[in-house]
Amino acid sequence: MDACGKPLLRVRDLRVSYGPASVVKGVSFTLRHGETAAIVGESGSGKTQTVLAALRLLPRHAVTTGSVIFEDTELLALSRRRLDAFLGRRIAMVFQEPMSSLDPLFTVGAQIGAILRLKASFSRRAAKARAKELLDLAGIAEPGRRAHAYPHELSGGQRQRVAIAMAIACNPDLLIADEPTTALDVTVAARILELLAKLKQSFGMAMIFISHDLGLVRRIADSVHVMREGEIVEAGSAAEVARNPRQEYTRMLLAAMPRARAHTRKDTLVLLRARDIDVRFELPGGLLSAAREIKAVDGVSLCLNQGRTLGIVGESGSGKSTLARALLKLVPASGTVSFDGRDLTRLDRTTLRPLRRSMQLVFQDPYGSLSPLMRIGDIVTEGLRVHEPAISRKERRARAALALEEVLLDPSLRHRFPQELSGGQRQRVAIARAMILKPRLVVLDEPTSALDRAVQIGILALLEQLQEAHDLSYVIISHDLAVIRALADEIAVMKDGRIVEHGAAQEIIECPRAPYTRTLIEAALQMENK
Amino acid sequence: MIERAPGVHLSARNWPMRASLAILGLIALLCLIGPLVSGHPYDQVYRDYVLVRPSPFAHPDARETHEALEGIARRTRLRIEASRQEGEVLHLAFSADRRIDPRALRAFERSDVFGPARIAGTEDEGRRLSTDVPLKRRVFLFGTDANGRDLFTRTLIAGRISLAVGLLASFVALTIGVAYGAVAGYAGGRADALMMRIVEIVYALPFIFFVIVLVMVFGRHFVLIFVTIGAVEWLDMARIVRGQTLSIKQRDFVAAAEALGASAPAILWRHIIPNASGPIAAYLAVLVPRVILLESFVSFLGLGVQEPLTSWGVLVADGARNIQGSVHLLIFPALFLGATLGALQSLGNAWQSSPGAGSR
Repeated sequence: MDACGKPLLRVRDLRVSYGPASVVKGVSFTLRHGETAAIVGESGSGKTQTVLAALRLLPRHAVTTGSVIFEDTELLALSRRRLDAFLGRRIAMVFQEPMSSLDPLFTVGAQIGAILRLKASFSRRAAKARAKELLDLAGIAEPGRRAHAYPHELSGGQRQRVAIAMAIACNPDLLIADEPTTALDVTVAARILELLAKLKQSFGMAMIFISHDLGLVRRIADSVHVMREGEIVEAGSAAEVARNPRQEYTRMLLAAMPRARAHTRKDTLVLLRARDIDVRFELPGGLLSAAREIKAVDGVSLCLNQGRTLGIVGESGSGKSTLARALLKLVPASGTVSFDGRDLTRLDRTTLRPLRRSMQLVFQDPYGSLSPLMRIGDIVTEGLRVHEPAISRKERRARAALALEEVLLDPSLRHRFPQELSGGQRQRVAIARAMILKPRLVVLDEPTSALDRAVQIGILALLEQLQEAHDLSYVIISHDLAVIRALADEIAVMKDGRIVEHGAAQEIIECPRAPYTRTLIEAALQMENK
Repeated sequence: MIERAPGVHLSARNWPMRASLAILGLIALLCLIGPLVSGHPYDQVYRDYVLVRPSPFAHPDARETHEALEGIARRTRLRIEASRQEGEVLHLAFSADRRIDPRALRAFERSDVFGPARIAGTEDEGRRLSTDVPLKRRVFLFGTDANGRDLFTRTLIAGRISLAVGLLASFVALTIGVAYGAVAGYAGGRADALMMRIVEIVYALPFIFFVIVLVMVFGRHFVLIFVTIGAVEWLDMARIVRGQTLSIKQRDFVAAAEALGASAPAILWRHIIPNASGPIAAYLAVLVPRVILLESFVSFLGLGVQEPLTSWGVLVADGARNIQGSVHLLIFPALFLGATLGALQSLGNAWQSSPGAGSR
């Protein structure tokens, strides 16, 4: 590998457009051998488009111009066939979502082996042996056994490791990682990041690391390119960009960590009390297999005072969201839930309806929780149609405008459809839909996880403001400790359906007792780069 | 993550929908108004114009006049001495061995080519007769069928029936199917299982058997066609809507509506059915043509539309039988049927790919 400073990849004035809309507007950068460059920006800033365009992986109607020189070869002018010789062998890619980048019909060993046989002309047997080695390199325990596993039998982190093993199979000179840790839990993400750094060292690869998280990137990258609206607005060494960012935008990406909540201790009435909540899902058995039962929530008890916030933190699959729905009686659960002194357990759908108005739910995914065929105004006022059917259409419209103003949205948005709004706007709409009924309890199920950091901060500030204005109680559920810390007075840590630790927010974050909490907090703080 | 590129689907989105709507509108308008202005009742038989070729010119032409004249002469045993056409009037001179009975001239009235003959003069003690016979001018734009009925009028009348059956039976299927499927899918569990087993039982009934039973019980009636076809075709619709409902009810916005306390009918009406509308519209676009074809099949068996009333299916079947001699009997009804089906099909496609039709 020559290290005489000759660039490995040179991108000059790369432009991508779809019809009249241009998404990448003249991006240029250079990557040396063995260097790790990070491309950082908000979603929609064109970072993924840039890389896909450089590798000519964009859909056919995208128009790409400029020049991408890999060593001495112009990739944009290459024939499809010659390009294929580069892809996979010299340049490899790891995607954000490991489940969708692996073929569900083949074992992971076979998938890695297929690349080796196709790209490096390994024999069947040699490919099999090498696949095991690669899985071992990627940090998968028992690689011999895991090689026979199908993607769905592996966890998210393991799948991402498999994807990395596939990428490094042919010993590439350049590894492109597109948000490789975004879809993973914090503890897993930290380990994947370590793995990437280690592999980069031992293989001497250059790496392009795409992320929306500047704090994360500066731990592993040598140089950083900050992208905004299809242009690189700032570039430099990672340390320099982090230490003294020149652009307001970069500062925003850096500072994009919500502040911890200033704690106010008020003694108030208990609003919500849950005891021994169990939620079981039955998996129907087939002809030959017995029905199985999965305990999603296992004996959870908690209580929440008026005007306070309870944060429930845990990794994906720990039963947090199921617990949230059980608290609102949206999934069948055993145990008792009492709200404002009334036992919800005995109420059925009809008798529960008047109470629904004071307990609301905001969902994680603002793309999925708004009906795509309804106008914003109708979405926001749906609760009014249920709980105040008598009011006129005109009044409903006025109330919708008020509710939108309260979440700091332009009331004229109420004539639009959800897909015309940005993620942050949609989440504000979802909050307005809950707030229009003047609830006392709002359960927030990962309210900011689908959003960019900068947008998250806005939403969190809004939630705090609403809480103060209306003396709301929140149950906030998240895998992101930063979000929990910003809002919660108390924290409950969940693992495998149980609460492993419960206490005041500050105590838990500063001196966690349960070992699981400790790893969770360590991982989160590490990602934060404190 | 691949960032969504804005403005990808903007260009030329609406024209197929508009074109299809224009074609359907034109055909519907023709079918409604055409029979009123064509000048031929749909069941009028012109014995002198059997299997006439389509032409924009008025009949009779010289050859047809001559043939018709000869036919009359033969039947009335008259000799034609002279014939001279003057505008729309034919001056004829007849002779016979005996005295000519003027009643013989009624043969002209009965013919489809001539009007009533007027006697201009008699000679030779009534053995020679000179008459003025007016010609009847008729246009057969699409020609005539084997019974001598105007195909243009019949095609349009058939269009009324076919479109009515297609739309009404589809509407029946749509209403029952969507309601049934959405309820079954949303209720889930045992109710769903029971409702879908019922669907499967009805599926197992042979369609024709079903039609015959209904005809036996209720007698042969036009409305029965809608009911029968609708009652069979809703099954597919119910299955499609149920499947859609099962997936839509997992989506967060349905959970959000439940959390708001919305009632089940409100959720079905406001959230589930609108979001299933893409597949529903797509299937409807297949259903309408299928119903039109099914109607022709039922009519072909003699259980549906009866002569002299007709439908496109019947006309096409009739044309197919005469394909060697008179291909126009097949071409015109098939053209109308094909244009309608094609327009419906492309309308369905356009609808499905239009933004916000539930195809995300």
